Amino acid sequence: MDWLQSIEWMGLLKCFVIGGLLCVIGQILIDKTKLTPARILVIYVTAGAILGGLGIYQYLVEFAGAGATVPLTGFGYNLAKGAINGVKESGIIGAFTGGVAASAGGIAAAVFFGYIASLISKPKMKKE
Amino acid sequence: MKPLDSKKDYQNYVDQKSPNSPILKNCFNAFWVGGLICSIGQIIMYICKARGFSQEMSGTIVSIILIGLSAFLTGLNIFNKIGKFAGAGSLIPITGFSNSIVSPAMEYKSEGYVMGVGGKMFTVAGPVLVFGISASIIVGLVYLIFNTQAITLV
Amino acid sequence: MKKLGKQTIKFDTPPSITDVASIVGPKEANGPLAKYFDQCLEDEFWGEKTWEKSESKIIKETVNTVISKSGVPSSEIEYCFAGDLLNQCISSSFGLRELNIPFLGIFGACSTFVEGLSLGAIMIESCCNHVLCAASSHFCSAEKQFRFPLELGNQRPPTSQWTVTGSGSAIISKDGSGPFITHITSGKIVDMGIKDANNMGAAMAPAALDTLICHFKDTGRSPNYYDAIITGDLGHVGKDILIDLAQDKGYNIKSNYNDCGVLIFDKEKQDTHAGGSGCGCCATVFSGYFFKQLKDKKIKRLLLIATGALTNSTSTQQGESIPGIAHAISIEM
Repeated sequence: MDWLQSIEWMGLLKCFVIGGLLCVIGQILIDKTKLTPARILVIYVTAGAILGGLGIYQYLVEFAGAGATVPLTGFGYNLAKGAINGVKESGIIGAFTGGVAASAGGIAAAVFFGYIASLISKPKMKKE
Repeated sequence: MKPLDSKKDYQNYVDQKSPNSPILKNCFNAFWVGGLICSIGQIIMYICKARGFSQEMSGTIVSIILIGLSAFLTGLNIFNKIGKFAGAGSLIPITGFSNSIVSPAMEYKSEGYVMGVGGKMFTVAGPVLVFGISASIIVGLVYLIFNTQAITLV
Repeated sequence: MKKLGKQTIKFDTPPSITDVASIVGPKEANGPLAKYFDQCLEDEFWGEKTWEKSESKIIKETVNTVISKSGVPSSEIEYCFAGDLLNQCISSSFGLRELNIPFLGIFGACSTFVEGLSLGAIMIESCCNHVLCAASSHFCSAEKQFRFPLELGNQRPPTSQWTVTGSGSAIISKDGSGPFITHITSGKIVDMGIKDANNMGAAMAPAALDTLICHFKDTGRSPNYYDAIITGDLGHVGKDILIDLAQDKGYNIKSNYNDCGVLIFDKEKQDTHAGGSGCGCCATVFSGYFFKQLKDKKIKRLLLIATGALTNSTSTQQGESIPGIAHAISIEM
C-alpha cells in the first residue's frame, strides 16, 4: 500500500469540494434553463478556454488539482494553455497545433474507446 | 387570468402547472458524485507523480484512465444509470465527454461501422471539440498579438 | 353519413369494430394494464438486429394477430390505414409490405390510430366491408430519432413522457356486433406556442380542448353523456391542464375523464415521470383495455380523443413551437 503514502488528504478534500461545486453549477443550469447536455458541455469547455487564456483558471488548478482539471472546464483550460505554449515555441503555427497537441491523449482515447465499445457492446433499454 | 387568451398567458400557466425538477436533491447528488470522480482523478494524479511522471503527463494519464473507465461503463449499459442519478455530477467531468462520444457510437452501430459509428460518433460531443479547439486557437492568436505588441512597445 | 356542425360526421349505419389486437414491450408488461394485451414481449429487440426492425415486427405481428382473431380472410380486407412515428413512417410500411392489402400510410403523430379509425369508418360507410387500421411506436427507436442515444447519461425532466413500445390494430366492418363508431370529430391544428419538447402534454392539451368542445357543440351532447372520455397521450401534466381548461370553458369533465398515458404506466413504481406517449399509447390502451370494457358493456359510451404533437427533431432544433392535433371518435355499444 505504498501508493497511500503519496496522497495528500488536504489536497484531496479541496479537489472533492471544487470538483463537486463545478458539477453543482452544471446541475443548476440543467434544471433551471432547459439547456441540453451538449450545450452545457460547450459552455464549460469554452468558459475553461477563456478563463485559461486570461490566466485565471491557473489559480483554480493550483488550488484544487484534479478538481479543476477533470471537469470539462479543465479540458478547455488545457486546450488554451497548449495553444499559448505553442505560440511561445513556434509562433502563429503553434496557436493551431498547441491546443490539440496538449489534449490529444484525451480526444484520441475517447474516439478509440468509443469505437471499441461499439464493436463489443450494444445499446440496451433503460429499465427505468 | 384565462390561460388560453394569448400564447404568453398559456406559457405562464403551463410553467406554473408543470412539476419542477427536485433541484436540491439533484444538486446534492451532482456534488458528491462529481466530487468523487474528481477525487479519483486526483488519486491517480498523486500515484503518477509518485512514480516520477511530469505534471502534464500525469494529467494526460488521468484523462485517459477516466475516459476509458467511462467508456467501459457505457459499454456495460451502466453509465446511463449513473447519469440518471447524478446528472451533472457525471456529465461535467471528462467522463461525460467520453459517454457522449461512446453512446452515439453504440446507438448508430446499426447504420454500419463507417457511416454509423464513424459518422455519428460526434453527434453529441462534436460541438465540444469545435468550440473548445476554436476557442483555444483564438486564445493562442490573441496571446500572439499581445506578445508581439509587447515586444514592439519595448 | 351526415355532416354535423363544422367538424363532425355522424354515421347512418355505424361501422362496427369487429376485433382488435395489441402487442406491447416489457415495460408496458410491468404496468397496470398488462393482462389486457394480447402479447407482452420480453425484450425490446424481439430477436431483431435493430430497434427499427423490431418495431416493424411488432406492427406486423399485431396485424397478423387481429386478422386471425377476427376470422376475416385477409383477401376480404379492402384497405389498410397505418402509421407510426419514424421518419417517413418506415415501421408500418416495412412491417406491412408483405400484407398484400391496399395500403394507405397516414401520419398524425400520436393521434395516428384514431385518424386511421376515422378514415376507415368513412370508407366502410361509403363502399367497403372490411378495413384494417394500425399504429405503432417503440421507445428505443423514438429516443434515437427524437432525443438522445439510449446510453447517454442524461436526466429526464419531470414533465417528460415515456414513449410506449407497442402496437395496436383494429378491423372495422360494415356488419358486426359492435362496438360501433357513431361519430367522428376531426381536429384542427392548434399551436399555443409551447416550445419545450419535454412537455408534450402541455403542447397538445389546447388541441384536445378544441376538439372536445367542437364535438360537444356539433353533436349537442354534454360531457356526462359519455361513460368515459379518454385522451390519447396527454400524460399527467396534460391531463390536469385539460381538466382546468375545460372547466374554464364551462365543461366539467373531472369525473369521467382519463388519459391513456396515465393509465398504461404506474407513475410511482415505473418512474415514467409524466406518463406514456407515442402512437402505440392510445392504440394499445384502446385495443387492449377499452375494447374489452366496451364488449363487456362496462363502458357503453366512449369518447376517444387521440392527441398528437406535430413536430420533429429538426423543427425543435430550429426553435419552432409544437403544433398539436386531436381527433375524436365516439364509440358506443
